[in-house]
Amino acid sequence: MRKIADFKALEKHAAELKPRLALRLPGADLSSGKREILICGGTGCQSSRSLELLEKLQKEIRAAGLASTAQARITGCFGFCEKGPIVKVFPDDVFYVEVGLEDAMELVENHLKNNVVAERLLYRDPQDDKPIMSHHEMPFYKKQMRVALGNCGLINPEEIEDCIAADGYLALASCLEKRTPAEVVGEVKISGLRGRGGGGFPTGIKWEVAAAQPGPVKYVVCNADEGDPGAFMDRSILEGDPHSVIEGMAIAAYAVGANQGFVYIRAEYPLAIRRLQLAVDQARAAGLIGRRILGSRFSFDLELKYGAGAFVCGEETALLRSIEGGRGEPTSKPPFPAQSGLWGKPTIINNVETLANVPQILRRGGDWFASFGSEKSKGTKVFALAGKINNVGLVEVPMGIALREIIYDIGGGIKNGKQFKAVQTGGPSGGCIPAADLDVKIDYDNLVAMGSMMGSGGMIVMDEDNCMVDIAKFYLDFTMEESCGKCTPCRIGNKRIHEILTAITEGRGTMEDLDKLENLAAVIKDTALCGLGQTAPNPVLSTLKYFRDEYVAHVVEKRCPAGVCTNLLDFFITDKCIGCGLCKRGCPVSCISGEKKEMHVIDKTKCIKCGTCISKCPTKAIIRK
Amino acid sequence: MVSLKINGQSVEVPEGATILDAADKLGVHIPTLCKLDIPEFSLHNHGASCRVCVVEVAGRRNLAPACATPVMQDMDVKTHTARVINARRTVVELILSNHPKTCLTCPKSTACELQSLAAELSIQGIAFSGQSSRHTIDASSPAYVRDMNKCVLCRRCETMCSTVQTVNVLSGLNRGFATCVGPAFNMPISDSVCVSCGQCVAVCPTAALSEVNNGAKVWAAIRDPDKFVVVQTAPAVRAALGEAFGMPAGVPVTGKMAAALRMFGFDKVFDTDFAADLTIMEEAAEFIHRFKHGGKLPILTSCCPGWVKFFEHQFSDMLDVPSTCKSPQQMFGAVAKTWLAEQLKVDPARMVVVSVMPCIAKKYEAGREDMGRDGRPDVDIVITTRELVKMIREAGIKFAALQDEGFDDPMGESTGAGVIFGTSGGVLEAALRTAYEWITGNTLEAVDFTALRGLRGIKEATVDVDGIAVKAAVAGGLGNARRLLEDIRAGKKQYHIIEVMACPGGCIDGGGQPYHHGRTEILKKRMKALYAEDKSKVLRKSHENPFIKKLYAEFLGEPHSKLAHELLHTHYVKRPRM
Amino acid sequence: MDAEQCRCMDEEFKELDDYIGQFRDKKTALIKVLYEAQRIFGYLSEKTMLFVADRLDVPAAKIFGVVSFYSYFTTTPKGRHQIKCCMGTACFVRGAEKIISAFEEKLKIKRGETTTGLEYSLDSLRCVGACGLAPVVVVNEQVYGKLEAPDVDTILANNKG
Repeated sequence: MRKIADFKALEKHAAELKPRLALRLPGADLSSGKREILICGGTGCQSSRSLELLEKLQKEIRAAGLASTAQARITGCFGFCEKGPIVKVFPDDVFYVEVGLEDAMELVENHLKNNVVAERLLYRDPQDDKPIMSHHEMPFYKKQMRVALGNCGLINPEEIEDCIAADGYLALASCLEKRTPAEVVGEVKISGLRGRGGGGFPTGIKWEVAAAQPGPVKYVVCNADEGDPGAFMDRSILEGDPHSVIEGMAIAAYAVGANQGFVYIRAEYPLAIRRLQLAVDQARAAGLIGRRILGSRFSFDLELKYGAGAFVCGEETALLRSIEGGRGEPTSKPPFPAQSGLWGKPTIINNVETLANVPQILRRGGDWFASFGSEKSKGTKVFALAGKINNVGLVEVPMGIALREIIYDIGGGIKNGKQFKAVQTGGPSGGCIPAADLDVKIDYDNLVAMGSMMGSGGMIVMDEDNCMVDIAKFYLDFTMEESCGKCTPCRIGNKRIHEILTAITEGRGTMEDLDKLENLAAVIKDTALCGLGQTAPNPVLSTLKYFRDEYVAHVVEKRCPAGVCTNLLDFFITDKCIGCGLCKRGCPVSCISGEKKEMHVIDKTKCIKCGTCISKCPTKAIIRK
Repeated sequence: MVSLKINGQSVEVPEGATILDAADKLGVHIPTLCKLDIPEFSLHNHGASCRVCVVEVAGRRNLAPACATPVMQDMDVKTHTARVINARRTVVELILSNHPKTCLTCPKSTACELQSLAAELSIQGIAFSGQSSRHTIDASSPAYVRDMNKCVLCRRCETMCSTVQTVNVLSGLNRGFATCVGPAFNMPISDSVCVSCGQCVAVCPTAALSEVNNGAKVWAAIRDPDKFVVVQTAPAVRAALGEAFGMPAGVPVTGKMAAALRMFGFDKVFDTDFAADLTIMEEAAEFIHRFKHGGKLPILTSCCPGWVKFFEHQFSDMLDVPSTCKSPQQMFGAVAKTWLAEQLKVDPARMVVVSVMPCIAKKYEAGREDMGRDGRPDVDIVITTRELVKMIREAGIKFAALQDEGFDDPMGESTGAGVIFGTSGGVLEAALRTAYEWITGNTLEAVDFTALRGLRGIKEATVDVDGIAVKAAVAGGLGNARRLLEDIRAGKKQYHIIEVMACPGGCIDGGGQPYHHGRTEILKKRMKALYAEDKSKVLRKSHENPFIKKLYAEFLGEPHSKLAHELLHTHYVKRPRM
Repeated sequence: MDAEQCRCMDEEFKELDDYIGQFRDKKTALIKVLYEAQRIFGYLSEKTMLFVADRLDVPAAKIFGVVSFYSYFTTTPKGRHQIKCCMGTACFVRGAEKIISAFEEKLKIKRGETTTGLEYSLDSLRCVGACGLAPVVVVNEQVYGKLEAPDVDTILANNKG
């Protein structure tokens, strides 16, 4: 794309490009006979072979002689990754799920050629098994409100023209043309936007502090080191709408007086890196970043820096040390990065989702953004629903929605009709919320009050088959491995917590250990150097609070109620046994006896609980409890 | 100024001060472990990593590390609430849960900061147990032992090695529970670019880093009837030894030290200061030769083995710049095993030369391949001041009550110039005293070169020698030496003569001295003690030492004679930079 | 090392050297350079780290400090097929442990190890963000999702040699 000269030129350009999206926007002309087929090209759907599907569809379209009326393109993540590959047909608003290569011909033949929806490929309501005709009628999408994810599933992230057609960079352009940096900061403050990556610090105030720092050199950093296991909204935004992040960074830079930005991105996200780099190159070629943007006096450029597999680098001071080329060891705050950050210069660090909201706020106004959400948590939030839930995926909802609505209305309830036990929010720094609190309105402050936190918005649903002590141990295993090792409480304290939890899950725990856990967890929260260490005990404290009976069962009765902790389980052969002898032959310690064609028995005293027999049994006759 | 309250008491401190500074001003004691600041040496280690100094600040969600939290107006700080005490105690118990509980036999026992901290917090049990770190003990170096199992990750050694000394051999390695401090690839330290300056050992709060203890070897030599054991004591030792026996810092204990060594059973008790005078004879002669005949300038002193190894690694393109003189320790040994042996009619093969040094690099130096003669080392055993302290205790000697005694002849006599070798600037001052007189032929009246004294890292002076402005500089600490040498390499600065000591402040701050725990006033007192001893001497110029004159007359001939070269000079080798 | 191998080594170091040459601020490029070095050599040997230390003028100890800090970097050669099992929460609650155990059993190596002959290496990985497909395994860059223990055989069959 040629360099765009100024604000007017961009507006003109956007108007010219609008027809690109004509079929995809609400209110599109259904009678034109033209169709667009958008295929999700996110990591999730790509691993379900969506790129091959795209080629196949294009081939089938050509073969059916529909090339002039129907076009298949790639787009960003629809969020419904579990049902991938996702194919959406515009302007019909028809949403196909789990479309295999073998389905391509049927889809083209039925839908595109004969105007008959391929019902077999539609999403079916798990309650009544009825197919749902319209994308917007799907329970998974009905309650959603997509702002940060607005362009994901709408535009082709690899073409800047699509982005500009969707008003991309207009917010930046109008800031440069019409607003002072202070006005930009003011607008963000009005919006009430809070950091979407962890603690929820008000973004406008962060910018204000950085803007007030003297000196000509400042930096803007985008934290794209999405490390919370179970959270993938940042990856989806970067893959589906990378320009929104670039534009957000440029606006932030203008607001605080920075000319250089860095995106600190996980090396584990190769597709996101590729798309973002492509977007940066395109934006630079179009004069939307670089020297004297859109003919203004403002210059801003950015560079990608790779994270190299350290969760702690999501902590802002650790992230800065990593960008500087060192070990990602956090440093004491204050001074805060907005005062003294990269190479000692004022630096603002915002995460991907936060920055993706910024252009929308500047375009539609801080008041608009603040008009939804709860009192102290404005706007929408993207949550990554995962775990034992029917509809796994990304959902964007207004803040203040009840957990129950997310899990049951949007998420479609618990998988396989099991009983809900807890939902874990906030990743390894968060806590587990029990069924009793399902009606609490989700926002930053309520989650903290429940002993959890927003984090980056991961929501892992657990059912009756999950042992909460085991879950706490899982998280501690994570934070222990990911601790940078700098401060004592995190380096040794979290290790000791993990050891105590291990003892409990192995039946070696005592009631005194539970007190010890509580004290140690409290001290670590109180004394650890950075956010990682301070929040690491949360999964322990919240499970101890809400699921203490499970701990007590492990300690006193030496029993794991969920049937997870192997050391506390006994293996039994039930009457489903056909006496085939496979388990007996497979047992490494020869503790199974029984005659052929008769029910076998396990000698509990010799059994090492390795589980080999279960995997050998053809009739699932062996259980543990 | 910022005013705040600590435990209800008001205090005012400058902006940028920490809570710990404010507490200090009020006389409120907050325990610390990892923190060590020595502003004079640009050592700033307050990473707030140990979390021992945490305090409660009103309005703050969690506890704040006092060492790294800047004060704010109207801050309300509590240093000893139940919450703070419980947190502090838990943190120390956690450290102890991953620390070998072998204090009874630990080389650092009674000097260990962790041990004192546990006592201060009345830790009487450790609530936690579990896996302990298992690091292989690195005993590859002749100078010091690295036992990372005792490391508390204060990172003082790393800060000292990288930011102050710029040797850059240490870095934090791994992460999580496996985190430790070590050299690249965890290689044996003796294979690394480490120069054994010992400043890491000097600041280590525990016995994670400790000198190789040669005390037993010395006792064995003394008790061996076939051996003739002589001892030499470096100038800086006498300025610090008394501190270990309850005497105030800065009281020189030369006479008591000689008495104690004689009580040990050494056959002769000598003084390295004698060899320091000898070094000046050779070095001043070398300087004058280069100065007068257009030789390579500046000349760099070479009596510090840490510095010598440092330039072999880092400035191997400039190996022709340093003086070729061996250090006083090595010159002493070389002369003892030749001239002295002859005089005393002792077979040099039977002679054992022991040196007492403020320095651990001297242990390494004694074993260097370029030292010694006929397969015999110049110096056989090196012990540090700290090992001497232990030996005096082992021998049951009431040190403070000893009567002063003198050194033996002929290698016990020294001038004031030899004495000040023990402090940064002293070698250069001593060299200038002699060089001035030799070049000009006039008597130097003002022998005190005060511009070259003190703890500053780089000191400069211009001395008028027969109308020529001789530019001299002193670098204390290897970081300063690096800066100076880089400037010279880049042609930015020109000097005639430069003294470098690896340790900031020189040998009085050597890696083998009694621990100063960051209190530089102790170092200043040690310096003062040496200058006072210099001043009290009748003879203050090395070339006036009558026994040095005798040595040249009877044995060496003149400075830079063939024999002097053979015994007293050496050469350098190129070593890898990384 | 024979002449052929030697020449090939030199070419790889030259490639790395050229990459380093593009950076003006060498010291802050460290992580990117290590990333590239690992791409070229497959792992970071002492020789490679010393080369980087020399070219960037960064102490070798610091380089090793960085390499040993980040789990992305490896100092031992990895297999041609790098199997990485996601052990993120979503995968964990959906049985990731069973998948990685199945690989361990099939390959007769533990996580973190490499088979003799460098065919496979097996590692655990923290969340690739494909939680919708949990449990997930990444082989080289290919993502395999919604796995059950028997799928392990298929994955190994698809990645051979």
